[in-house]
Formats: sequence, C-alpha cells, structure tokens
Amino acid sequence: MSSVEHPLRKYLRPSVEATTFCPGCGDGTVLASILKAIDELGMTMDDFVFVSGIGCAAWIISPNFNADVLHTTHGRPIAFATGIKLNLPEKKVMVVSGDGDLTAIGGNHLIHAARRNIEMVVICVNNGIYGMTGGQVAPTTPREARTITTPHGSLENTFDIARMVQASGASYVARWTAYQPRQLTKSIKKAIQKKGFAFVEVISQCPVQFGAKTGAGSAVEMLETYRERSISVKKAAEMNVKEVEDRIVVGEFINTVKPELCEEVAALKERVRRNA
Amino acid sequence: MKRFIDTMENKRVRTGKHFMMGNVACAEGATAGGCEFAAGYPITPASEIGHTLAKRLLEVGGYFFQTEDEISAICAAIGASWTGKKVFVPTSGPGISLMLENIGFAVGIETPVVLANVQRGGPTTGAPSMGLQGDMIQPRRGSHGDYEIIALCPSSPQEMFDHTVRAFNLAERYRTPVFVMADAFIGHMREEVTIPEPDKLELTYRRILKKGADPSTVKVFLDEEVAPMPIFGMGFKTHVTSSCHDEHGNRNLIDPTALDNFIQRLRNKILKHRDEIVQVEYDYDGCEVALVAYGAIARCAKEAVRVARSKGLNVGYFRVITAWPFPDREIQDLSHKVKKILVLENNSGQYYPYVKAEAAGRAEVEFLPPQILGQVHSLDYVVQKIEEMLR
Repeated sequence: MSSVEHPLRKYLRPSVEATTFCPGCGDGTVLASILKAIDELGMTMDDFVFVSGIGCAAWIISPNFNADVLHTTHGRPIAFATGIKLNLPEKKVMVVSGDGDLTAIGGNHLIHAARRNIEMVVICVNNGIYGMTGGQVAPTTPREARTITTPHGSLENTFDIARMVQASGASYVARWTAYQPRQLTKSIKKAIQKKGFAFVEVISQCPVQFGAKTGAGSAVEMLETYRERSISVKKAAEMNVKEVEDRIVVGEFINTVKPELCEEVAALKERVRRNA
Repeated sequence: MKRFIDTMENKRVRTGKHFMMGNVACAEGATAGGCEFAAGYPITPASEIGHTLAKRLLEVGGYFFQTEDEISAICAAIGASWTGKKVFVPTSGPGISLMLENIGFAVGIETPVVLANVQRGGPTTGAPSMGLQGDMIQPRRGSHGDYEIIALCPSSPQEMFDHTVRAFNLAERYRTPVFVMADAFIGHMREEVTIPEPDKLELTYRRILKKGADPSTVKVFLDEEVAPMPIFGMGFKTHVTSSCHDEHGNRNLIDPTALDNFIQRLRNKILKHRDEIVQVEYDYDGCEVALVAYGAIARCAKEAVRVARSKGLNVGYFRVITAWPFPDREIQDLSHKVKKILVLENNSGQYYPYVKAEAAGRAEVEFLPPQILGQVHSLDYVVQKIEEMLR
C-alpha cells in the first residue's frame, strides 16, 4: 500500500471511499476545481457551509465534502442558503447544483438571490439534461436534441444561464466548460472572494445520458467539442449573432461591486439599535 | 455591550394588558418566545403577523425576511434554524400548500421551526378573509411520506400569544416543525391579551451538540429522546441530507431497515412524548352528551353548553387544544364517560372521523357543521341539536 495521499483528500469526508459519478462524468472535474480553489486561497472547510439540491451535481458536495453540508429538496438550495447566510454572515456559503435544479424547478430562487445580491457562491453544473432520472429534456437542452422525453427532438429554446443571472443583478458571473479546469478554478477563487452574489456556470459532459441520448458521443468527444466551440466573451462581442449561435461563450460576464444584502441588513440593525 | 443586549431582550416581551388583534398577539408571542428570524410572503388573513414582526424583530436584533414565494420562506427559515436561530413562518393555507414538501424536509432532518396557519376559506384561492377550519388534516398528512407533527389550536387572541410561545418551546424541545392552527376569526379578532413579565415566561432552547464533538461518532439524528443539534458554523462538519439517513447523517438508500429506522425513530420521538405535548380542556363528568370542538368553534361550543345547562340539559364540553398528535387516550376516556359525542367544526368534518374512530364501540359520534360554512355555529342551532340528542 502506498502512503501517498492525494493533496485534496484532506478536504473529503474520511468515510467517503468513492464518488457516485458515472465514468466520464464532468462532476469530478468540478469537485476538484472547487477544492483546488479553496486550497489555493488558504481557506479551510470550516470557513464554509455547502448547500445542494437534488441531482447528480448535488452529490458533488454531499456527502463528499468534509464540512457543514446541507443536502436539500429539489430546486431549493439557494433559498436554504439565503437563510443560512443571513444568519451566519461570517461564513462563506456555497451552493453546488445542476441546471435542472437551479434553473428549472429552482429558477425563481436563482434570479431573486442575484437580484438581492446576497453574498454567496453558486456553482451551476450544466450538463444540458436530467442525468440522475434518466435523460429527460432540460431548459438547457439544445433545440432539436433528442432526449428520452423528446424522441423527435426538443422544440424549445434554451436558457442562457450566465446572462440571465447577470441580468438579474449578480456581482460576479463566469462560464467555463469542464475542458477548462484551470480557468474554472480561477473563477471559483474570484467568486469565493466576491462580496456579493457570485455565479459560475460549468458546461459539463454527461456521456451516459446526454452523450448517448443526443448523439454527442463519449466524454472525450464531448470535451473535444467544448474545446472546438469555446469562444471568449471578448471575441464573441466582436462577432455577429449568427456566428456565435453554435459557440460556447466562456469567460467572465461581469465582475462588479455593489451593495450586498447581509451588509445592508447589518447596517439596518445598527441604525435601529442606535435610534432605540 | 451587555447592557445593550439586556435592553434588546427587555424589548422582546411587551408586558401588560393590551387590546390586541389575534395576529398581532401571535407576532408578540413569537417575539417573546425568542424568535430571531421570520420569513414570509404576503397572504390574507395572516399578513398582520409579518407586518408586526417586520418592526418587532428589528427592535430585538432579529430580522423579518420577505421572500419571493412561500417555498423560499420555509426554506430560508429551515436554513436559519440550522445556524441555531429560533425561526418562524407565518402564513395561511395556500402558503402551507406550497411549503409542504419542505415541511416534510424539516421533519426529516429534525429542524425546529414554528409555522402559523391562519386558515381561510378554500379550496384554492377561496375566500381569503373568511375563516374556515379547512386545513386541519393538512399539517398531519399533507407532506408526502409517513411522519408525525405537532399542531396547536388557539381559541382567542390571548391563546395566539400563549400557543405561539408554547409552539417555540415544543419546536426547540423536539427538533421538529410545530403548527399554530388559527383561522381568520381568531387572527382578526380583537380582545384583551395579557402578556406576562419576562421572568414569568418559561422558554425552551434546543440542545446543541457540545463543541468539539464528532457527529460521525455521536448520535445527532434519529434519537427518540431528541439528539443534540449539530448546528452549522461550529466546526462539526455535519452532513445533513433530505435522503434517508442514519443517526450520524450518513445517506442510506439501499437498505429497507435504514428506512424503517428513519421513519420509526422520527415518529416515536413525538409519540413517546405525547403526554408532554397533548393538551385538552374538558368538563363532562356525569354528562350524557359532550361537545367536541377546537379553535374558534370551541367558543361556540362552550357558550352553547353554558346555555343548554341553564336549561337543565345534561351536556358537557371537550376542547381539543393539541390537534396533533391526536389526543387518542383523552377521547377514549371521554367515550367511556358519555353516551353521545357531537363534533363541531367549521368545515365538512375533517377532525370528526378521527374522533369517531377513537370512540368507536363506546359512544355514538355525530358531526355538526355550521349552517353556512365560513360562519360560526349560531347558539340556538347548537342548543337545539343538543336537545335533539338528549331526547
């Protein structure tokens, strides 16, 4: 037996021996990117409370992360995280969940948390499909893509999640694919340090459901597609709409400073106390 | 700093005699009971609770958070409770309908949270400002799965205060959601409310896991005697999951014995302590007939019994104060002593089948709705029914 331990093993719950991810899944890349960001910032797991919803991506933190972890009901992690952050403002609160959880059933909480600009990190693992339940169409599934519930192809438009969150009022928004783990880690670090609502979307491969159902292929094929199609926010801005249509626009969408909800609440409490 | 905290704490209890609306008394009960965080969405006929808390909680260093919907309100409150705060979610029936999944979540992960349902006319949007006892089974059976719940039924603005304080104590004691089941009549009724001196209020605070303890080696869930809560932010590295789990929070989705343990322990946590939870009020010794009622309608029943007795009718009275867990033994005792039971509710008979089942084979049980649903029973109508039953 080798005594060499993976440098990120110390952040995982000792009882965890394996993950629940399928072979080729992008969730492992996201898991490593989050832990690497925490490691590089010199923070500990006790600095955080992690919250997730329902779906494969929710199991990135639950039970794997050796920290306070709240694994909640479908679509609601941001609502729970809001209650936690308002009452434990000194801790970092991070939500990790999927596109179905955060933008379909939980879309309302996402846009309102961004509007409030409450300090929290939300990492949305976007695999474009419902993976855990068997490959059903999602609000992020490309038009015309075949899934188990759209056997003739999807008729619906897709959410541009990063831009939706930006338009809702977030302080920090970035998007990367699982092909860009270094850039992803860098953005997660910025998101953690942001005093405000910080959102990172990760386009991530699900070869078992998305790959098989839509014909996108294996994990390697999907990662190659991410590499070929990725284009920076800056470059995309110089191109016309038609040219950008099939591309994945990656990078930082916004990084700004504005009043944060927990600080506003604290200031209000102080004002009321002084006037008492 | 200490002096400041004392000043803030003193503001929690508005000691004295007040002429107060039921909903305001409920908010004062929450504040006096130690509420630090409340979350809600505007809804008739419960809104005054939120209006009052928005001002009152800030005065004591707390916060009322108006959410984007009721689902968010219950979720934010559960999240806040896991930071160690006493939390409150006031609403009406449609709000509870939206919250039900996450009320089950609070049961499953053993979270203290108090809910007030100021019931209104339904189904659906119904008649928002009319009182109906239409949601009596909802807290008990509304969320999916198999579980127990605690629900109290105030009959007056005074009890809106008293029961809300008690609801906080029960929620903290048993790490579980507790309902205050009012209705539009009680919520909007104005009466004298006496709020005691702060030191006369008995307040309960949840047991919190000892600092340094390890949830992977000590019980933090599924203890019938109520495990200490491994709240967030103290370095416990707690794993809290909506999935079926064991005493340490480890997920187990493959073993039916784990599911059996998950369900039974949670149920027994409430049922084993039913004597400390169940409260009823009665006066039926030597009576042939007894009226059973709760909430606003208990007032009608009490007055009808008084008037009927003045006419020489041998009738008694039984008020359900704790609707859930069901006062089974108390109803059994009643059914041994009287020949006939009349259940009065402002609905089409929601609690009645439970009473009838419990009294089966001993006493005859009848149901009496008001002449018009959404109104209370008129005095003559009830007294006439008592006369019929005694004939």
